[in-house]
Amino acid sequence: MSYLAITELQKHYDNYHALRGINLSITEGEFVVFVGPSGCGKSTLLRTIAGLESSTGGTIELDGRDITELASSKRDLAMVFQSYALYPHMTVADNLSFALRLAKVSDAEIQEKVRSVSASLQLDALLERKPKELSGGQRQRVAIGRAIVRQPKVFLFDEPLSNLDAALRVQMRLELARLHKKLGTTMIYVTHDQVEAMTLADRVVILNAGQIEQVGTPLELYRQPNSRFVAEFIGTPKMNLIAANKLVRHEDSLAIDLLGQNIMFPVNRLKGPLPESVIVGIRPEHMTLVDQGGDISGRIELVEHLGSEAYAHIQLSSDQTIIVKAPARSELKDGQEVSINIDVSEVILFNESDRVISVIPEEA
Amino acid sequence: MKRSITRLLMAPSVIMLLVWMIIPLSMTIYFSTIRYNLLYPGQNNFVGWMNFEFFITDPGFIPAVSNTLILLLSVLIITVVLGVMLSALIDKPFFGQGIVRVLLISPFFIMPTVNALIWKNMMMNPVYGIFAWISESLGFEPIDWLSSYPLMSVIIMVSWQWLPFAILVFVTALQSQDTEQKEAAQMDGATGWHIFRYLTIPHLARPIAVVVMIETIFLLAVFAEIFVSTGGGPGYDSTNLAYLIYNQALLQYDVGVASAGGLFAVLLANIVAFFLIRAVGKNLTV
Repeated sequence: MSYLAITELQKHYDNYHALRGINLSITEGEFVVFVGPSGCGKSTLLRTIAGLESSTGGTIELDGRDITELASSKRDLAMVFQSYALYPHMTVADNLSFALRLAKVSDAEIQEKVRSVSASLQLDALLERKPKELSGGQRQRVAIGRAIVRQPKVFLFDEPLSNLDAALRVQMRLELARLHKKLGTTMIYVTHDQVEAMTLADRVVILNAGQIEQVGTPLELYRQPNSRFVAEFIGTPKMNLIAANKLVRHEDSLAIDLLGQNIMFPVNRLKGPLPESVIVGIRPEHMTLVDQGGDISGRIELVEHLGSEAYAHIQLSSDQTIIVKAPARSELKDGQEVSINIDVSEVILFNESDRVISVIPEEA
Repeated sequence: MKRSITRLLMAPSVIMLLVWMIIPLSMTIYFSTIRYNLLYPGQNNFVGWMNFEFFITDPGFIPAVSNTLILLLSVLIITVVLGVMLSALIDKPFFGQGIVRVLLISPFFIMPTVNALIWKNMMMNPVYGIFAWISESLGFEPIDWLSSYPLMSVIIMVSWQWLPFAILVFVTALQSQDTEQKEAAQMDGATGWHIFRYLTIPHLARPIAVVVMIETIFLLAVFAEIFVSTGGGPGYDSTNLAYLIYNQALLQYDVGVASAGGLFAVLLANIVAFFLIRAVGKNLTV
């Protein structure tokens, strides 16, 4: 039974169709992340759920109640904004208790709730300060505390970490994950950062041009993308895509001509009709560099040393550049000729319309 | 070395400004201590505090001071309260917003003399004024505003002149208000009134302080409206300090007493500014 059900949700602006029929159901206690490139409609979707934008079609149901036309104050949702949106002239304590005071909760109860929330977010010492006297991370915690104190049915986060520096972002990400574990409340989180999406989410919703591209656990999306868009969006560095048009079908394998060399793809992993040509998708970590005798070969254009690993940008004979993950201290030099082995069991095939035509076997 | 050069280069403008201020001030102080009546030339002997005594014991003095303060406070209250309400009202986009804004701001471009003439002849005139026409068509006696309620008439004119200034400042300030804060308040269950009360008013604290300070400077010296419309009368009912000083200097030709009055006005302005700015600064700034 879904807790938050979104059915055929539409949003039209004057001359822009922002949401094109969103269908999504979220169970109670789930951490769902909306991710996608800028302008894909993820923030619009969140703001429509929050009631800050009105929908132009479809319904939103929360806990068995239709909230599509309800004012945002009556939806029992709390939102954390990108700019934190703290009330600048109120102290931290007043910021935390604002919603409770508006709801005419008794003073004793307000004090108790503010105390417990500020303790759990380490804000005790800051209660009398104004927002401008706080650091970015502290402001972020106040914004989260302001949402928690109301004990809403669903938390909405609108790119909450994008204003923080990299180190703090990692730390706050961890705190959010802990918070979700502790509270067990349903959370919806919008980000353009796929690392945040992968690390935080129970389920990730990938949006593209106002439509849901794929919904799944982070690993599902990584291992079994539905489309080329998802495959390219998830994973850093991006998945390598090489076009191949000479396909020969053998009894239990498909020979794919990759730049003059055949790789054998197991037939039982194919689904749907076999097209004329395919696009072969291989992630950088599923290829290895060998001295010779590999599946394809090329010349190193550039090596990026990241310390724990290195990424070699390799120019193939077709002039296309692919990225291959290499061990950290490999003695790779620019301009060196290398040969590359491909792990066929991790290869993903796409047809001309960018849909996936291969499946990853369960046991793999 | 470097410091002395900067000082040297700054000196001309500093000296210029100093002279600009010092000469009129010291001449006023000087005139206020001598007998200086244009009707009796040549008898410019030192008289000590006598000019001040004359000014303060003038029958117009008490009414002038109280009229100045009443005028100042009423116009401040009217412009700030109406200004905040109107600018909050026109902050949300609606059809014809641009035109409404221009119309609201345009009275500020009308010079005070013309403003007073418009109100005197077109609005408040008991025979062919619009107010008279309204009360007549409703079956009431028309009111002769300028002689029945002289100070209130002046307050209305000056408020009409200065309300646009307040609106101009508040509208720009409202545009800088963070929309995400309002949305956050909305999610927190705040109604439009709550947002206005707990977010917009505090956000406007600084602009309100600015409007109060700037208007105070100009409102202490209101003159043209009084001169054109009521002429300070009837009696001293709409005479303020500026008009009383004008009265002394140019109707009674007593430059000495007028200078003493001028110095008193400077004193009053400082006292008012001191209290007002302290009150505004304490209660309103974030």
